[in-house]
Amino acid sequence: MKRKWRRLFLIGLFVSFFSTAVGSTLYVLSRLDVLTFFYSPTDLVRKNILSGFRLRLGGLVEEGSVDRSSGKMVSFRVTDLKQSILVRYTGILPALFREGQGVVVEGILGNEGVFIADRVMAKHDEVYMPPEVAESLKEKDI
Amino acid sequence: MVFLRLTNPNLFLRFVDLFFPWLAAAAGLCLCGGLYFSFMSPPDYQQGELVRIIYVHVPMAWLSMGCYFLIAVSALGTLVWRHPLADVSIRAAAPVGAVFTALTLVTGSIWALPTWGVPWVWDARLTSVLILFFLYLGLIALSHAIEDLRRSGRAVAILALVGLINLPIIKFSVNWWSTLHQPASLIRSGGPSLHPDMLRPLLMMALGFSLVFVLLYLMRMRNEILYRRVTSLRQMQARLQASPGTLPDVFGEVL
Repeated sequence: MKRKWRRLFLIGLFVSFFSTAVGSTLYVLSRLDVLTFFYSPTDLVRKNILSGFRLRLGGLVEEGSVDRSSGKMVSFRVTDLKQSILVRYTGILPALFREGQGVVVEGILGNEGVFIADRVMAKHDEVYMPPEVAESLKEKDI
Repeated sequence: MVFLRLTNPNLFLRFVDLFFPWLAAAAGLCLCGGLYFSFMSPPDYQQGELVRIIYVHVPMAWLSMGCYFLIAVSALGTLVWRHPLADVSIRAAAPVGAVFTALTLVTGSIWALPTWGVPWVWDARLTSVLILFFLYLGLIALSHAIEDLRRSGRAVAILALVGLINLPIIKFSVNWWSTLHQPASLIRSGGPSLHPDMLRPLLMMALGFSLVFVLLYLMRMRNEILYRRVTSLRQMQARLQASPGTLPDVFGEVL
């Protein structure tokens, strides 16, 4: 019995050392923004990210900001409700794209603070409900 | 502690034969009910009919992680108690887990293409699940790479424990880092953010697929035990033919 407990103890020691190592590596990597899929508008402003690099920007499509007046190009503002950044994009938008919807755009931050996107992805949230329920929730809000 | 007696391979085989038809019937019932409610449940306000993929995707994702947890517990059984059934359990579960993980990835892609606009992104959640799939493939490959069952069993168990760290990473990836994948809808603070009419088919399908997993797992364990017995009988026979009269020492070595 004693040998079994010793083996269990050694395995526990190994597993805890190993997870500490992996955990701290992941922590450092996330501090370096390696593991983030997208930046928020506030990140872009606060972290002073240089223009000209490819990156992803995520947030909500600001209400009333979608402008389709200039032909194939669409422009809108991506906001995290603190900061917002103007995005220009030419191409097909995903079906879920609309004002107030979460999006992740991929492209380059231009010199004048305008984000030139070449890919727009819709971000789905974790809420699922039938259309009637969504309707009645909306009515209650108004 | 009745279950401890099942660590005896003979009792285990009898238990499998006894419960197999009942488990199969329960799995069939749950899947039929689950499918019925999956198609009768309302469409989603954003995705429409597309939401029905989650009734397969989410149970597959849960089971691919649950299966890995089962493998990690079995790995402890191999390393600490050196029990041969624990090794049988890892070998039985790994391919099933690999298939369930592959189905998680495939159904997720089918859902993602119309929803996000892209079938695949390298965000933390998708990448960590892909790593889980590779871990399963690694376990399968390693278990076939070494011929000596005891040595390969130990190697596989160590790899399984190393890969265990991936489970919390998968679970919390959507909370720790910004990902395109949405956070959990069911197991989260503040209760499920899923409408009850959608929760019912999801839970029924989850139960049904869990039973299917248990069925496949028990079937594979039974086959592995029988295969090992046949192998050791063949070895015995070969030794007896090579030098008649000597008592073989392989008897009872494996199972």
